[in-house]
Parts: sequence; C-alpha cells; structure tokens
Amino acid sequence: MVNPRHIFDEELRNLRADLLRMGTLAREAVDKSIKALINRDTNLAEEVIVGDDIIDKMDLDIEMKCMELIARQQPMARDLRTIGTILKTITDLERIADHAVDIAKIVKILADQPPLKPYIDIPRMCELSLSMLDDALKSFVSEDTELAKKMCERDDLVDALYNQVFRELLTYMMEDPKAVVRALYLIFVARFLERVADHATNVGERVIYMVTGVLKELNV
Amino acid sequence: MNNIKISVKNLNIYYGNFLALKDITLDIPEKSITAIIGPSGCGKSTFLRALNRMNELLPNVRTEGEVILDGQNIYNDDVDLVSLRRKVGMVFQRPNPFPKSIFENVAFGLRIQGIKNREQIEEIVELSLRRAALWDEVKDKLHKSALELSGGQQQRLCIARALAVQPEVILMDEPASALDPIATLRIEDLMRELKEEYTIVIVTHNMQQAARVSDFTAFFLTDDNRAGMLIEYGRTSEIFTMPKDPRTEGYITGRYG
Repeated sequence: MVNPRHIFDEELRNLRADLLRMGTLAREAVDKSIKALINRDTNLAEEVIVGDDIIDKMDLDIEMKCMELIARQQPMARDLRTIGTILKTITDLERIADHAVDIAKIVKILADQPPLKPYIDIPRMCELSLSMLDDALKSFVSEDTELAKKMCERDDLVDALYNQVFRELLTYMMEDPKAVVRALYLIFVARFLERVADHATNVGERVIYMVTGVLKELNV
Repeated sequence: MNNIKISVKNLNIYYGNFLALKDITLDIPEKSITAIIGPSGCGKSTFLRALNRMNELLPNVRTEGEVILDGQNIYNDDVDLVSLRRKVGMVFQRPNPFPKSIFENVAFGLRIQGIKNREQIEEIVELSLRRAALWDEVKDKLHKSALELSGGQQQRLCIARALAVQPEVILMDEPASALDPIATLRIEDLMRELKEEYTIVIVTHNMQQAARVSDFTAFFLTDDNRAGMLIEYGRTSEIFTMPKDPRTEGYITGRYG
C-alpha cells in the first residue's frame, strides 16, 4: 500500500535537509571567524559578516515552512516533535552564526593593533565547540540520543577553557593597561565560543526530545 | 485523574459468531471527555453502544465481560434498561430530531417519564436548551418545527433532548461529522461546558477533533481476525505528542489504517 503521507514525508525530509544545510553554514562561519582571528585575515572576516544574510534568510524560510506544515498537515506525535525540534534548533543555529559575526567584527578591530599573545586556548575552544555542534547535527540526522548525550557532556570542558582564558587575559590586563582593550575583545571572543557550545547543547537536548518525547536540560 | 465513572472489564462483543470487540478493559473518568479513535470497522461505535446496552437492539449480539457504572454491572439481569438509558444518554451522527416542535422534542423524554406538570416541563426544557447553548437562538420560536433548524442547531437540540432526562453520561457517536466547521466548533465548545457536570464519551473519525476536545483518548484497531482491540489509552496530551505504541503513532501520524 502507498504511504498516504508520502508528500508530507517528503516535505519533512526536505525540511530536515534544510536544517542540516543551515547548521553546516553556521559551523563554517564560526570556523572561518576563528581562522580569520588567528591569521589576522580581514577579508575572511568580511566574508563571515556578509555570509550571515544567507543564514538569516534560511532561519526565516525554515520557520515559515514549519508553520505551513503545521497549518496544512496537522502533524502529530513524532512528526510534531520533529517540527518543534526544527523550529527551536534554527534559533540556536542562527545565534551561533551571529556569534561568528560578532567574532569577525572583533577580528577587523584587532587587525589594526599588534597581537597580544599567541592563540592557544581560543583555537581549542573553537575546536571543542564545533565538535559539539558537529555531533549535535549528526545526532539529529541519525537520531542518535547517545551521541547527543555524550556531546552535551563536553560543554563542561568548554566552560573550563573559558574560565582559563578569562583568568589569563585578566592577568594581561593587570600587568599592562595598554593590553586592556585587546584582552577584553579576546575575552568576548572566548565568551562567544562558550555560547556556541551552549547552543550546540540545546540542539542535543532537542534531538533527545524529538526521538524520545522527553524534554530536559542536559547541561545547566 | 477524576474518579472512575465507568469501568469496562474484559468486554467481548460478538455479532453471531463474529468477534467484533476483543477483551476491552478501560476506565472512564467522570466529568471529563474520553475520545475513542481508530479506523473504520475497529469497533468504536460497538464499544460506545455497549455502554448503555444499545447493541441489544440489534439481532444476534452477544456481550461478555462487565461494564460497571457507579459500582454496578449494567449487564446484570436486574438492571432496568429504561433507567439505564436515561442515565446514559446518546447523541448520534446525524441530527435526528422528531418531526415535532422544538419544545416537544426536548419535552419528549419527560412526557415518557410521566411528568405532567406544565411548569416543571417548561422549566426543564428551558434549562436543557440553555445548557445545550441553543436557548437564545430558539426561545422565540419554541413551537416551530424542529426540522426548520439548521443542522448544527438540530444537533444541539438533540443534545438538549438528551440532557432533559438528566443523564450522568452522554455518549456521542460522531456528533459533528455531518456539520460544517463552525457548527462543529460550537458542538466542541458545548462539550467542554457539559463536562463540568457530565461524563462524555465520544467516538470520532476526526483526530484533530479528539485532540482538541478530549481529556483522554483510546485508540482501537482490529487484529488479523478483524476483532477490535484497545491498543493504547491515556491522556490526550500524551497520546498525540508521544504515543507509546508504534501502531498508535502510525495511525495518528496518518501512516497506517
């Protein structure tokens, strides 16, 4: 027998693919913004800033598609949870991309000033946060709740790194008033990366809700 | 959960040799709306009719098990069918007013009961029409034919008629399937008001209606021998967001049945 919901199934599949594309773009934006920071590459930073328009548009497009599916198809049970998950997740992805833009803007400001110090912990934070986002998106695709849970646990590592960066840069500021502005901007960068990991955690929580129907905070 | 009004225990219903409902066990809470959903032929209406022994009006029907209403099995030999059906009223799919005046439709059950006091009858008719959210629309034409009313009004009249004999349980078999969307929403709104005082059990094909109006939902499905079974029963909020049984999931997401 033909599945009477095959049209709806296809629309839902497309929606999931759209979400994944948006997640990939947000991931690339963060990755590029930190590369731009390390390499003092203002062109790359500009690329991140301009590219954010596409992600913003995807956010609105996906939201409209979700609303239309709810209105026209009256999804229930897992279908409904999937659409709810997509609706919440696009907000997290959009925020992640916004943080990439925030970092890119700082890259442009810092480009005119001498480097404060070699970057060690910030690239590690970036790598960890993005690995969380990767796993969050992977768990969404494969509906793997174990992967989602494990991914969320890494948020503690990102938080620890953030505290470390914060303390270290504080020392720089206390030693040399001329370092204050640059150090502050770098604290912002670390803070944005820490937020990226938080948003990735949210995505993981939603994946677990989508699969199991249980909604709870995994890392507070 | 509210107190249990009706407790169905191991109910089997046969049409001749055909087992139509198999081993249904289900508690219906009082002053709430319980929806029975499931594909055609799964025994929803048979189940509903078992709750006031309406199946016995059909030939060759045999019922096993218990339907305990307020502590008493309605299938006991000493149960008075007239008072049972007064206590457990019914509203059908197509509005079926009698070809009489609006007033007489509602007064009918009272006259059958032998109530002759004109004032008392008028009082109960008005109260019933008010409860059925129809009074304001018909108070100036109570002695016109009920058949002049719109479909939605006729259905609310049938609800008023059921309310007039002061039931405790109201069974509704697809009460809105012959009505337009606005009339349907009015019936649903009325059901929400009525559940303050009555226990309502509704059979519906319209899943969105069950999701909108009911507190509890039971999902029925047939087995390989076409016998209707209860697959899952629970709070409507849970059945429609996280059903436990994959067959319920399949049905409510439109991929099965």
